[in-house]
Amino acid sequence: MDWQAVRLSLELAGLTTLLLLALGLPIAHWLAFSRFRLKFLVEAVVALPIVLPPTVLGFYLLLAAGPRSPLGRLWERVLGHPLPFSFEGLLLASVLYSLPFAVQPFAAAFASVDRSLIEASECLGASRLSTFLRVILPLSWAGVLAGMVLSFAHTLGEFGVVLMVGGNLPGVTRTASIAVYDEVQAMNYEAAGRTALFLLVASFLLLAVTYGLRSRQKRPWTLS
Amino acid sequence: MPRPYFGRLRLAALVLVGTTAAGAAPTDGRRGSPHTVAVAAASDLEPVLQALRPTFERDHPGIRLRITYGSSGAFFAQLQSGAPFDVFLSADVIYPRKLAEAGLAAPEDVFVYARGRLAIWVSKRSPIDVQTLGVGSAVHPAARRVAIANPRHAPYGRAAEAALQAAGLLERVRPRLVFGENAAQAAQFVHTGAADLGFIPMSLALSPALKDQGRVLEVPLGAYPPLEQGGLLLSSARQAEAARAFRAFLLSAPAAAELRRFGFLVEGR
Repeated sequence: MDWQAVRLSLELAGLTTLLLLALGLPIAHWLAFSRFRLKFLVEAVVALPIVLPPTVLGFYLLLAAGPRSPLGRLWERVLGHPLPFSFEGLLLASVLYSLPFAVQPFAAAFASVDRSLIEASECLGASRLSTFLRVILPLSWAGVLAGMVLSFAHTLGEFGVVLMVGGNLPGVTRTASIAVYDEVQAMNYEAAGRTALFLLVASFLLLAVTYGLRSRQKRPWTLS
Repeated sequence: MPRPYFGRLRLAALVLVGTTAAGAAPTDGRRGSPHTVAVAAASDLEPVLQALRPTFERDHPGIRLRITYGSSGAFFAQLQSGAPFDVFLSADVIYPRKLAEAGLAAPEDVFVYARGRLAIWVSKRSPIDVQTLGVGSAVHPAARRVAIANPRHAPYGRAAEAALQAAGLLERVRPRLVFGENAAQAAQFVHTGAADLGFIPMSLALSPALKDQGRVLEVPLGAYPPLEQGGLLLSSARQAEAARAFRAFLLSAPAAAELRRFGFLVEGR
């Protein structure tokens, strides 16, 4: 098995999950409780990565982050190297790519918390933040954990974006899914088979955890 | 209402898939026309086949070409698994020969139609003087990322590695290498500016998209093993006659002239 590629994939998935936790909780909270009339537009944007081909995301990343765009130049000034062919570039791509897989279960879990408990907390003088931390979050932990597991698993399975902006660098952008593709192309079916088996088993376990968690939630969210 | 999120999307996706599939069915070349030759072509052939296709289709009314581009090694693996192509145009004759050995084609149906040339390409704005520095351009400080095709399954990637090895620079350049899935992706990397310098097929360097955008230097032919571009008529071809006509056209004098115009070497003819 290609340990270097597997380790890289695990690192990428782990960091993506942490970033999505930081980014996804506030977005999900807003989606669950806001009464903004145009909220559906934000929901549509968040869900885009589910339906967009990864090549579309890869294409726009190449355009937006290449050294010839303002964003690309800013990125290069801050990090000292261009976005394509870098681990940070993959991290950015993964966060965008897995966003709905974190935000949707988070938001669904928040929305299923009994409103009367939230109102009681607010009537008793708790701030919105402390209501979130001490009432909403503890009551929706299963959904939050499921969102994290799903983001991790989805990032592990990322392929098209990585193929387009990665450049296949061992230890930097050569993830497990790319390693499988490469070994198949080079007809090393045994090596491909070992890494593929790892991905299969890992994905199954992660999904088993997800569905196990779902059964603990009172009003389960659904997965496509 | 947390429930319908995914369910609705899935339904919408099914509806979309259904309508596009229905819309596409009547124009599907494979079923619609009785004489569609399915060609698997190495990605360095894209510009020249774009130029040749109208001539061939005009001279052979009733035959249509359906061309798929990719890396030769990738097609080799796919053809071994029975991919439905009639003709395989590889960047390296070794793949067609191996397929013939494996019984997927008759040995006499392997043919060499051209020899590929490797080029170094930089953008017009690059400070690297490729004409003076030659292969040494790859160690220029401005060449922070050097794009090549993946040597594991793309012949041009192997040629690039061999040229760097011959110049004694491979180990110095290795940390700078980025790998395109095929030669065309390597060219795309350097064309978009994601990479600073690329070892790419001359045919792509001379393609309309890249021609006026950068500076090109040919890597000396002796610096890498010959890129004998070989083709194959598959014995599983459903359009054997049309495929044979296409091979005859590729080996004709007018096609040779066009191949030369796009940077290939063609003997005689």
